[in-house]
Amino acid sequence: MTKPRHAGVKLVLLALVCYFLLPVWWLVVASLKNAQGLFGGGSALWFDGFHLFGNLSDLFSYNNGEYLRWLGNSVLYAGAGGIGCTVISVLAGYGFAMYRFTGRGFFFAAVLGSVMVPLTALVIPTFVMMSNAGLTDTIWAVILPSLLSPFAVYLMRVYAGGSIPEELIDAARIDGAGELRIFWQVALPLMRPGVITVLLLSVVATWNNYFLPLTMLSSSKLYPLTVGIGLWGQLAASNNGGGQSLWNLIIVGSLVSVVPLVVAFLTLQRYWQGGLTVGSLK
Amino acid sequence: MSATTAKREPTVRRATTSKINRRHQIGWLFVLPFLIVFLAFLVAPLLYAGYLSLFTKGLATGTTFAGFDNYTRAFSDPSFRKGLWLVLRFSLVVIPLQLGVALVAALLLDEITGRLASFSRLMIFLPYAVPAVIGALMWGFLYSPSFGPVEQIASLFNVQAPFLLSSGNIFYGLLNIVTWQWSGYYMIIIFAALKSIDSSIYEAARIDGANAFQIALRIKTPLIYSALVLILIFSLIGTLQFFVEPQIVAPIANGSVTPDFTPNIYAFNLAFRYAQFNYASAISFSLGFVVFLAVAVFTFATRKRGGLFS
Repeated sequence: MTKPRHAGVKLVLLALVCYFLLPVWWLVVASLKNAQGLFGGGSALWFDGFHLFGNLSDLFSYNNGEYLRWLGNSVLYAGAGGIGCTVISVLAGYGFAMYRFTGRGFFFAAVLGSVMVPLTALVIPTFVMMSNAGLTDTIWAVILPSLLSPFAVYLMRVYAGGSIPEELIDAARIDGAGELRIFWQVALPLMRPGVITVLLLSVVATWNNYFLPLTMLSSSKLYPLTVGIGLWGQLAASNNGGGQSLWNLIIVGSLVSVVPLVVAFLTLQRYWQGGLTVGSLK
Repeated sequence: MSATTAKREPTVRRATTSKINRRHQIGWLFVLPFLIVFLAFLVAPLLYAGYLSLFTKGLATGTTFAGFDNYTRAFSDPSFRKGLWLVLRFSLVVIPLQLGVALVAALLLDEITGRLASFSRLMIFLPYAVPAVIGALMWGFLYSPSFGPVEQIASLFNVQAPFLLSSGNIFYGLLNIVTWQWSGYYMIIIFAALKSIDSSIYEAARIDGANAFQIALRIKTPLIYSALVLILIFSLIGTLQFFVEPQIVAPIANGSVTPDFTPNIYAFNLAFRYAQFNYASAISFSLGFVVFLAVAVFTFATRKRGGLFS
């Protein structure tokens, strides 16, 4: 009775996996090919020679190694923006969940309402403001706006409320611990899965962001990978024939840019999946 | 519990009420960094965009106050209306599609355990870790008639594959890219919600004679309604702001992606190609207004079943 049903379940799941894996599979296969293999009319979904290392060295040496610089920029933006956003959101979520300070209701309602504000609609006025402050085309124009994530605050509030027993906090108070010390030594360890979830989500959001750096930055030295690869895509498309070798670089460059996040999700999956299960939805 | 503590308690509480109140004000310290970021990068840009949108800047006239002229212009601007119509139509198709794929995947994954289950879960989630720029580029390659597999597979059956980025097909081409990119993320949220259901409910249903399909449809799905509403709202907000995918495929789509393809692309081009920041702000604000309206209507329609704002 159960066996054939599960066979059907597995079959549908495998079909779904094939669909979601298709572009990634293509990316891996295409990254191993050279330009002839890519454009030579062979099967797009099967291997043709092994040129990965050649492609990689081309990638990192092209145009004085601008790819490596973009990679470094992405690490900087995602690190500073993502970690900063996590610290700010965790503190705020904890504050909202554990203290009944004056004005809390109003402020939190404003935060919830702002989840609805289309963040891309903020990019143009933010650009004009940054430009007036002389901050456009600097790393701060990308990092500072990335610190804002109303949704992360919402997640952390829900998570803190669900995972920290108030009795434990009261017990620590009776033992004479200060509020900051309680946060650091009692609450933070309890919130760890939630913190890792928010950290991953905000690092991914900053790493993948395209609209914000695209508008804020004009010198290609400061580009993150997303904007850099987008630029290569435009260059390659605009000179169809001569752009062939650039397509190779775009493909292998895309592969390299995806690897760090996939590794992060895989190694931390125990935490972030737990974080979503316990905290995010009640 | 004992008589003495019960008698002493009221006085103790009265003595500490003001102290507790004072202690709760420490909460402000915890939310202060966020408050600063919130004011600087959300409230201030919003107010500033609102302010900018009330002015016009002409070469000869300089900056003059225009009142709501920019808004009446925006809502009668064929470019804005066309883009808005596109994202609304797109939302109507892509949201049910994403939600359907995510729900089916999550319900299936909830049925089985073991290696295949955890492998499938990660693989379906994988596109979320791929930057939208890369996702759009990869699909652009896959659609490509010169070296994509879509063409090759079609030629096996002797048919002409449709070029999914031509102006007639780009709607479907983008539909596929967006569904691929986001369904896995929504699947994880639904899956997490399913895991938090007490499984004794299934036991009871099974004793009453329900089969797996009925349990999935009649018990699991209603119980995760608030997660579904949350996803719908996110998906709605995201789709109405559609920008990255059409922008990235534009160079290889041979003109299918016009400079006014979506309201966000239109605002971007107005601001950064034509330096019309005032009108661009009005377009952004009008789009924000439409998003807000759509979410408000949606929240009102689903208010009884919970969700983000309950």
